Amino acid sequence: MTLLRRFWQLAAIPIFSIALALLVGSVLIILSSLANGGQLNLLLPLIAYESLLEGATGLSFLDPTGGGGAALAFSIDPERAARALTSSVAAATPLILTGLAVGVGFKAGLFNIGGTGQVLVGGFCAALVGAAVADLPVPVAVTLAVGAGALGGAFYGFIPGALKAFTGAHEVVSTIMLNSLAAFAIVGLVNDVFKIQGPTFARTAEVGNAALPILFGRNGSLGTVIALVVVVLAYLLIYRTTLGFEIRTTGANPSAARYAGMSPRRLIILTMSLCGMFAGLAGSIEILNLGYYPAVFGTGIGFAGITVALLGRAHPAGIVLAALLLGGMRAGAPSMQINAAIPIEIIDVIQGLILLFLAAETVIRQLFKVRAERVTPGELGTATAGYGGGKL
Amino acid sequence: MDFLFDLPVLGFAFQFLAYLVNAVATTNLAPQTLQLATPIALGALCGLMNERSGIVNIGIEGMMLTSAFVGFMVAVLVHEAMPSTPSTFFGVTPALIVGVLAAVGAGMLVSTLHAWLCISVRADHIISGTVINIVALGLTGYLNRLIRPSGSAGTFDSFRPPDAITDLPIIGWLLNMFLSVGPISMSVIVLVIVMQVLLFRSRWGLRTRAVGEHPRAVDTVGIDVIRLRYKNVILGGIFAGLAGAWLTLEFNASFQNGMTANRGFIALAAVIFGRWTPIGAFGGGLLFMFSEALGIAIRSRPPPGELGVFLSGIQADFPSIYNNVFGALPYLLTMIVLAGVVGRSIAPAAVGKPYTKEGTT
Repeated sequence: MTLLRRFWQLAAIPIFSIALALLVGSVLIILSSLANGGQLNLLLPLIAYESLLEGATGLSFLDPTGGGGAALAFSIDPERAARALTSSVAAATPLILTGLAVGVGFKAGLFNIGGTGQVLVGGFCAALVGAAVADLPVPVAVTLAVGAGALGGAFYGFIPGALKAFTGAHEVVSTIMLNSLAAFAIVGLVNDVFKIQGPTFARTAEVGNAALPILFGRNGSLGTVIALVVVVLAYLLIYRTTLGFEIRTTGANPSAARYAGMSPRRLIILTMSLCGMFAGLAGSIEILNLGYYPAVFGTGIGFAGITVALLGRAHPAGIVLAALLLGGMRAGAPSMQINAAIPIEIIDVIQGLILLFLAAETVIRQLFKVRAERVTPGELGTATAGYGGGKL
Repeated sequence: MDFLFDLPVLGFAFQFLAYLVNAVATTNLAPQTLQLATPIALGALCGLMNERSGIVNIGIEGMMLTSAFVGFMVAVLVHEAMPSTPSTFFGVTPALIVGVLAAVGAGMLVSTLHAWLCISVRADHIISGTVINIVALGLTGYLNRLIRPSGSAGTFDSFRPPDAITDLPIIGWLLNMFLSVGPISMSVIVLVIVMQVLLFRSRWGLRTRAVGEHPRAVDTVGIDVIRLRYKNVILGGIFAGLAGAWLTLEFNASFQNGMTANRGFIALAAVIFGRWTPIGAFGGGLLFMFSEALGIAIRSRPPPGELGVFLSGIQADFPSIYNNVFGALPYLLTMIVLAGVVGRSIAPAAVGKPYTKEGTT
């Protein structure tokens, strides 16, 4: 019973946030039915969310009757469910890592919104090394390519870390600038240097044997295993090692950390590099699943990591759950677009709304009279307080 | 790498300088710089209104994007309802005017959300700003896909000053810079000066700065801290709204997803660069965006001489890198300047800290 109560204390606000976001989303969907000369359809949100669920899990409880209506009819097709779940897990995999890239930063009082750039650089490094080792045996090729991606991402996290440690430049602005810079640099390099002849669009060479092996279903690759192993390692690092203790202390109270003989500079650089490495791994997995790096590679997984980290309370276990939820939404969105004619972009809106309600947690707490722990990590106060700069 | 030593570096430097002077005097490099710096300067004014009152606002990006979208959509609707030919005065149409007003309204509305989250809900300021950025990106992207606007309401025209003014010696180029632009860009210089005076020479400015430095002291003398912060954050939304209107009603005639392209964050860097003063932030905006204007100038009219040969050689061999380097310059410059300047630039002391009146919880 106490365990259940503890779970509720931790999960109440995320659950209320998700519910409210879906509610507001459904209002938006109803209004959307008016677009392009359509008629007001109050059932549309139900149909949309049902197809979302069906696309994500294979579970269906509605049978469309035509004309925008539907009848209750529960059904589950095991084969389809397996396929849908595999896709959801595959979509959740990079989100676990980008969630860690933000969440671990929170622990040190750092706000890493450079996930996008770190994903791009990591993916690009993985693609280049992957193409270079394409003919080596699979285990060697995969290790080298994934390792290169992790290193590339770590380097791209190291830059804002070092800037903050030595000049006081706040990571929020510098990581955003680095996101733009990575996009510009990589597009130029792919178009002019690494483009191969043949395909109709500019892209790098195939990664061959460095492609991540498929382990389950149609698209469940080794990437999922990598992400899960990394999540466990991150947990051990943060909660079971001296370094993790130092990171958490720096986040909670930088002056206490300095007084205790820890070096905030060293910890900031180390943590940002670590965060970059997680995002770089996410990029490597995306690219090595795809098999090459396309010049135009837009990805929302970097920013989604912020929602994942906050929804998961910056805890590795919470991050996995949050990533599964958002991954499921991403996997189910196409089926929603087909069945309910709602643009896929509604997923980004719902994701933003979840974040909005998480930020307004005090209101939720008063509104629903729930006694729950704060979602926003207290350590983040360190990031906000340090916004004005100042040397360490 | 031997070829680097063969380059006539000093010669290049002189050629570049000559090109620069010539470009400023004879081309539209200067007005273009002011145009590109417009959203940065306006965003920075929004940031200043917030940070001077103790509120961190990293949501300027999202405010601009929302305003750009709302302004564009409303202008298109009005334009379809009552099409009119642009007047000779800045190409003004009723649609454009209503569009700008709608953009400003949208900016204030989103600012109200930020104010409510930061001040009343006492959410973390950085989280609140991030929420605004992510919701704005998602919602405008979704609505843009859903509505698929086909028309356009056109844009404001740039003013054409008489040649007699722009050909004046020494100050001609400066007048050209501030006159050969659209109405929103032209208003920036006025707004910057007005804000500078208000912030440092008015009762409101003194109170605002005090609220950002030491809210408790301001409270003790009977000024309502919460009210003043609300007011400033919401009024700051006007500037973000104007920046959004510039994007879709003055600089472009269409809306694209994520078209703010991190300008809201460059604006934040401009605030820091300008040490939290309107004129300084405006200078930062000009500095950052000069690099982009220069890139456009060089690409449209390469410098003469060996420098031009060298640059066109790179352009021929690496066209995409050549273009993207110029596109990336403002971001690179922003980061370098930020790293160099921030240690010596002190933010308002109470920035980012929620305020609770004594005796309430």
